[in-house]
Amino acid sequence: MSVTVPILILALPLFMFIFIGLLGKKMSHMLAGVLGTLGMGTVLVLSYATAFDYFFSGNPLFINEAGERLQHIVFDQTWLQFTDSLVIKLGFFLDPISAMMLVVITTISFMVHLYSLGYMRDHHGVFEKGFQRFYAFLSLFSFSMLGLVVATNIFQMYIFWELVGASSYLLIGFYYTKPSAVSASKKAFIVTRFADLGFLIGILTLSYYTGTFNFTDFTSSAVAGLADTFRVDLATPEAVLSGFRASAAPMFMGASVLTWALVLIFMGGMGKSAMLPLHIWLPDAMEGPTPVSALIHAATMVVAGVYLVARLFPLYLMESAALDIIVIVGALTALYAAMVACAQVDIKRVLAFSTISQIAFMMVSLGVARPDFHEGLGYMASMFHLFTHAMFKALLFLGAGALIHAIGSNDYTEMHGLRKYMPVTHWTFLIGCLAIAGIIPFSGFFSKDEILSAAGGYSMWVYIWMSFVAFLTAFYMFRLYYLIFWWKEHKVREGHHAPHDQPWTMSLPLIILSVVTCVAGFIPFGNLVSWNGEPYDFMAHFDWSVATVSLIVAVLAIALATVMYRKENPLPAKMKRALPALWDWCHHRFYWDELYIFITHKIIFGCICRPLAWFDRHIIDGTMDAFASVTNKASGAIAPLQSGQIQMYVWIYLLGAVLLGGVTILCLI
Amino acid sequence: MDYSQFLAMKQEIALLVVFLLVFLYDTFMPARSQKGLPWTATLLMLAITAAGFCPCLLGTDTGLTAFGGMYETSAIVSAIKTILNIGVVIVLIQSVKWAGSEQMTMRRGEFYELLLVTLFGMYLMISGRHFLVFIIGLECASLPLAAMVALDKNRYESHEAAVKYILTAVFSSAIFMMGLSFVYALAGSLYFEGIYNAIYAERSIMLVMALAFVIAGIGFKLSLVPFHLWTADVYQGAPTSVTSYLSVISKGATAFAFLVVMAQVFGSFYADIWEWMLYALIILTITVGNLFAIRQRDMKRFLAFSSISQAGYIMLGVIAYNTMGVSALMYYVLVYIFSNLAAFGVIGAIENATGRVSMLDYRGLYRTNPRLAFTMMLAMFSLAGIPPFAGFFSKFFIFTAALGQGSVAIYVLVLIALINTIVSLYYYLLVVKAMFISEDECVIAPFRSACSERLGMWIAVAGIILLGLASPVYDTLLGLGADSSFAMFFIR
Repeated sequence: MSVTVPILILALPLFMFIFIGLLGKKMSHMLAGVLGTLGMGTVLVLSYATAFDYFFSGNPLFINEAGERLQHIVFDQTWLQFTDSLVIKLGFFLDPISAMMLVVITTISFMVHLYSLGYMRDHHGVFEKGFQRFYAFLSLFSFSMLGLVVATNIFQMYIFWELVGASSYLLIGFYYTKPSAVSASKKAFIVTRFADLGFLIGILTLSYYTGTFNFTDFTSSAVAGLADTFRVDLATPEAVLSGFRASAAPMFMGASVLTWALVLIFMGGMGKSAMLPLHIWLPDAMEGPTPVSALIHAATMVVAGVYLVARLFPLYLMESAALDIIVIVGALTALYAAMVACAQVDIKRVLAFSTISQIAFMMVSLGVARPDFHEGLGYMASMFHLFTHAMFKALLFLGAGALIHAIGSNDYTEMHGLRKYMPVTHWTFLIGCLAIAGIIPFSGFFSKDEILSAAGGYSMWVYIWMSFVAFLTAFYMFRLYYLIFWWKEHKVREGHHAPHDQPWTMSLPLIILSVVTCVAGFIPFGNLVSWNGEPYDFMAHFDWSVATVSLIVAVLAIALATVMYRKENPLPAKMKRALPALWDWCHHRFYWDELYIFITHKIIFGCICRPLAWFDRHIIDGTMDAFASVTNKASGAIAPLQSGQIQMYVWIYLLGAVLLGGVTILCLI
Repeated sequence: MDYSQFLAMKQEIALLVVFLLVFLYDTFMPARSQKGLPWTATLLMLAITAAGFCPCLLGTDTGLTAFGGMYETSAIVSAIKTILNIGVVIVLIQSVKWAGSEQMTMRRGEFYELLLVTLFGMYLMISGRHFLVFIIGLECASLPLAAMVALDKNRYESHEAAVKYILTAVFSSAIFMMGLSFVYALAGSLYFEGIYNAIYAERSIMLVMALAFVIAGIGFKLSLVPFHLWTADVYQGAPTSVTSYLSVISKGATAFAFLVVMAQVFGSFYADIWEWMLYALIILTITVGNLFAIRQRDMKRFLAFSSISQAGYIMLGVIAYNTMGVSALMYYVLVYIFSNLAAFGVIGAIENATGRVSMLDYRGLYRTNPRLAFTMMLAMFSLAGIPPFAGFFSKFFIFTAALGQGSVAIYVLVLIALINTIVSLYYYLLVVKAMFISEDECVIAPFRSACSERLGMWIAVAGIILLGLASPVYDTLLGLGADSSFAMFFIR
């Protein structure tokens, strides 16, 4: 396959970033925006072509006679060569999940580019300050994210992983005059950086024991090692690292080194994907412009953690302990985020916690996937949910953006009863809510149902737990829906200031995404993506009993939400009074932020930083000051020596020469 | 007599030819053509510098001796001579405007003749392997300089400086020769090799005093503390072109000659005698030079003390006493030539245009003459040793060479030198601060410096930037150092 298209996919957004970033000030706002959007549109077309080529062309590079999808490295350029074996390469990797991610990223990114043309200006059509900068950063983010998913080796992934973090930082802090946005961007950067420390240590551990960075080496060797265990039929296992288990056998604190490496790598994923306890940055990241939230904090960057685990999935399969940890973290996060989402006022925060909860679904799904249960159903389900969730969550965020744009506030108490004023937003938002609640035939129903089936195959408790989370999901989404569009009418909404639907640049993405949400569930996803590339018969594994139960759960939750929130009534207040502690904990997000502040301010700042600061100020600076003043005084003291009198010069000269000899003689004797 | 041995002196002969041509031009050309003298002399000097890069013309690739071993040349010796030639060319380019000015009409030729004679003396110091030749070289390189310092006839300071210089120079020559007479009394020879062999195992009071006097005599020309007191007055009083010549060429040549004498004559006394003498002198030189530099407000005086402390760093290459030390010393001299000449180029340009030399006058220079300010800044950064400029690498290599000597005492010495670089950073940055940050009402007005001055500064700036980045330069010197005849003396 030609390398031109893959190179263009990466190079175009980078070029757009540099071009708009450097020359943005020189061009008009509209030109910068349109250029960015057109550039992204081109990348969209190229990515679709690449993905289509990969999935449907039947090219023997991508699919073998048995119908298994193959991993293909389009190019792999040596970038830094340290030694013969230690090489860092930059390349382009095509396999089912990277092809899928190409589609997801470019779709959402293009929608957001288009949407922002309308969103990033006020009601009079005046562009926001820094509009060009915004498009430059969007391009940078798209470039980083695309580079991340097509990485051929874990180090390339790490580089782009950090770039993604940096561009997320820039975009969250886009309104840099707002203190809350600035602190949110710092928080996001620091928390994810902290997690990335674990990621880096994990990478180094893993590559130290395996001697490679390449994904293909990891996975093929792991698959080869697994062949005996799970009797997976492999045509030609390239066992680069035969005896991987033996080399990773060294133990550290009671777990094998491989487990440690995988858990540390997962820690990086926890940071980016906002898993408990590193989730605290995501709700605050909503300070960024809403299109950014849709792109980065709903659809693409936050699923990087899921993508990372999926990318290394064969390795994780070797250590079920690491997978069990993923299940536990995911399940706890899912429930926690769903509970908190029920008690938030800010609509973007509700969506943020819902995102956390849904990503946790994907994580759980990966964690429960085993080749001996429905041929790794969980893996496929996780990727499927990633795909559908990206579409409907971006839809919800863009809808929320439209509402915020119209009302000028994030608070649902300011909204209530908007369904008549903003019909397009209303209907698309409703489709998004139905999808996330898991109502047939919307896409969320199919993907969530498979996750629940996979969980059931792993453990009945996980199944029940996740079903309960699904119940909460449907409940809080419809609570949000009713509180925005129903509840009661505001009286002042008349005439010129009445909220109204948005311009076409904003409506079009909403409509497109809602259409996708309606039909995406019918994609024969199993044929395209499975953990080992074998085509996967979707319907053979479809469990009607699970589907029925989950549908009933969702309908019950929606019914409950309808009763409580459709019309103004005292029921919610009553419930709040009945369970004050639960409400407080959920409303204050279980006081995680307060806990972090306590740890950082009281323990780290107070016990470590303050003594260090004292030491710095008094001992180190004091030494330097003393040094300077001694130098200065000495300089003044010897100044008279340079008197300008030649007699004195000669005397000093002679004295110096004699002393030089004399002292040496004395020392020798 | 075998006349072919004169061929070993190719570089000296070439220099003499230049000298004679300049002399003839000065004497016999009509007055209206005298204006062409500066460029003629510069181009002739450039020609023999370029020839130095050509092994078949003036470079010498193998060791040759002449006159029964009184004179020696080798690849490394011609390399240091070529380095000096490069410096002289830059000095000549920078002084074209000054030498061509009206007030110099009567003395134009003298400047070039005296300069070439002193350079010839330095060649002899470097190549002499007999103290007779060495002393002829030393005197040749010292006494005409007094006349050069006094070239600015109309300025009182110029005379004063010349008198101070000649008195101290004569005094130091006397001390030096007294030391030599001690040596002759002990060894019965004035050949370097003869002395080395005769007093190989000698340890006596007389020998130590002899060593101290020899070091003092050469230390005068290097302006090592406490033999440095003439430096500031002379640098300040002399015309700027002469000052720049004094500070780089004279110092660089003497540093190499010093290394030759210490290794080839007194090599066997390194460990217990002169290592410690030099140790003390280096600490004194670097520290006192820095302490005085902090207080100076006159740019030329300031650079005088800066050059004193730089001489201390150069001496680290001697005390290192290994082949890397030789290479590092030569590299340091090369970089120092470019850095210091960039600074003097700016000072000379400003002095020629406005007559102002105080650091206070430099306030706000960036706004009126940004290019001059940038050149000065690069020179200061390089002298202070800030990466990525060449000065950083020269300091780095000379420290590395000294650390290669391996004793704990040297580690302490290098530490002291490092602390002193911090102090030096302070006063070098004072200049940068004055130019870039400080404000002043009577700023030097914008002016366009002469073409020759700009050319000189461009060359110096190119050297500051490129020398640090072009590794072949240092690699060549490292190869020369390792192959040279010094290697045999460094066995302790």
